[in-house]
Amino acid sequence: MKKQITVFVFTILLSIAAVAQGGYKIGDKATDFKLKGTDGKMHSLKDMKDAKGYVVIFTCNHCPFSKAYENRIIALETKYGPKGYHVIAINPNDPEVNPADSYDLMIDRAVEKGFNFPYLIDAGQKIYPQYGATKTPHVFLLDKNLIVKYIGAIDDSTEEENVEIPFLANAIDALIAGKAINPELTKAIGCGIKKK
Amino acid sequence: MKNLKTILSILLLITSVYSFGQIKTYATFDEFEGDYLKNLSDDTVYVVNFWATWCAPCIAELPYFEALNKKNEGKNFKMVLVNMDSPKSTESRVIPFLSKNKIETEVVVLGDSKTYKWIDKVDPSWSGSIPITIILKGNKKHFYEKDYESVEEIEADILKINN
Repeated sequence: MKKQITVFVFTILLSIAAVAQGGYKIGDKATDFKLKGTDGKMHSLKDMKDAKGYVVIFTCNHCPFSKAYENRIIALETKYGPKGYHVIAINPNDPEVNPADSYDLMIDRAVEKGFNFPYLIDAGQKIYPQYGATKTPHVFLLDKNLIVKYIGAIDDSTEEENVEIPFLANAIDALIAGKAINPELTKAIGCGIKKK
Repeated sequence: MKNLKTILSILLLITSVYSFGQIKTYATFDEFEGDYLKNLSDDTVYVVNFWATWCAPCIAELPYFEALNKKNEGKNFKMVLVNMDSPKSTESRVIPFLSKNKIETEVVVLGDSKTYKWIDKVDPSWSGSIPITIILKGNKKHFYEKDYESVEEIEADILKINN
């Protein structure tokens, strides 16, 4: 009885720690969502019928790091979209905290840059905390079953001309080939996400 | 031949740590770390803040750091504000910003774009977003990923490194 109680208490504590830390780990199942895109429509991962995987990228209008990556994100969709691995961009920021990240300005940005992927707003900021996004840009690569396979940076350099290791592209290639992803987790500098 | 070697050595030295205006710019984190995060005095408190002109919470707390630095003038206290804009923005954004906001604290620019290589060297718990503040004394290092809202709040954290 004593042993069972100990295991029980330990499990509870572990669960609390997991929730307290916030966000997915590799191997977790990610949540789907229903968020409004710059096209005026609601988008969910399950709507993407041909998807073999999902490239969820938390990004925004104002952050210089997000802006530096826009062309590279477009290129990722161009290369991997036709293979069934589509980019879904989500703006996790609260426009009341930063008006530059408003829905209207998202539309402007998407049109101006010719985004070839859905750019959704996390209205109410309910989705990004579940994923555990801490900054923009922040990537979560999911497989067909929404299992998290890679978390972190798009590549190894904020400046495009210095890129040597395209972390995310390598991860998608590995996923396509059924090979192990390495590294599964990377960290890069980005703009913090603020809850009001 | 000997003169050429000397010239080349000098050029190499200059390119590794170069200056824009009066702001020292580091091309690699390791060089910055060697100058500001290592071999520190036991009797001095060092405050290192990472910020950028485009980071709203960063510029909101800069006045507190500036005031704190002035308050500790002449004491065993050193502060450096590490700018993360991008070396390309130093002349166009950083210098005008510092001038407009009357920031006199020492500023350096860190232009190491391979951030994945050095984020964990700052602190393994760092998510990668700014602002962050490191408080050091001797071989003690305390890391804070938070937005400060007053001079007193920074002082409270500084007290902890003195214990």
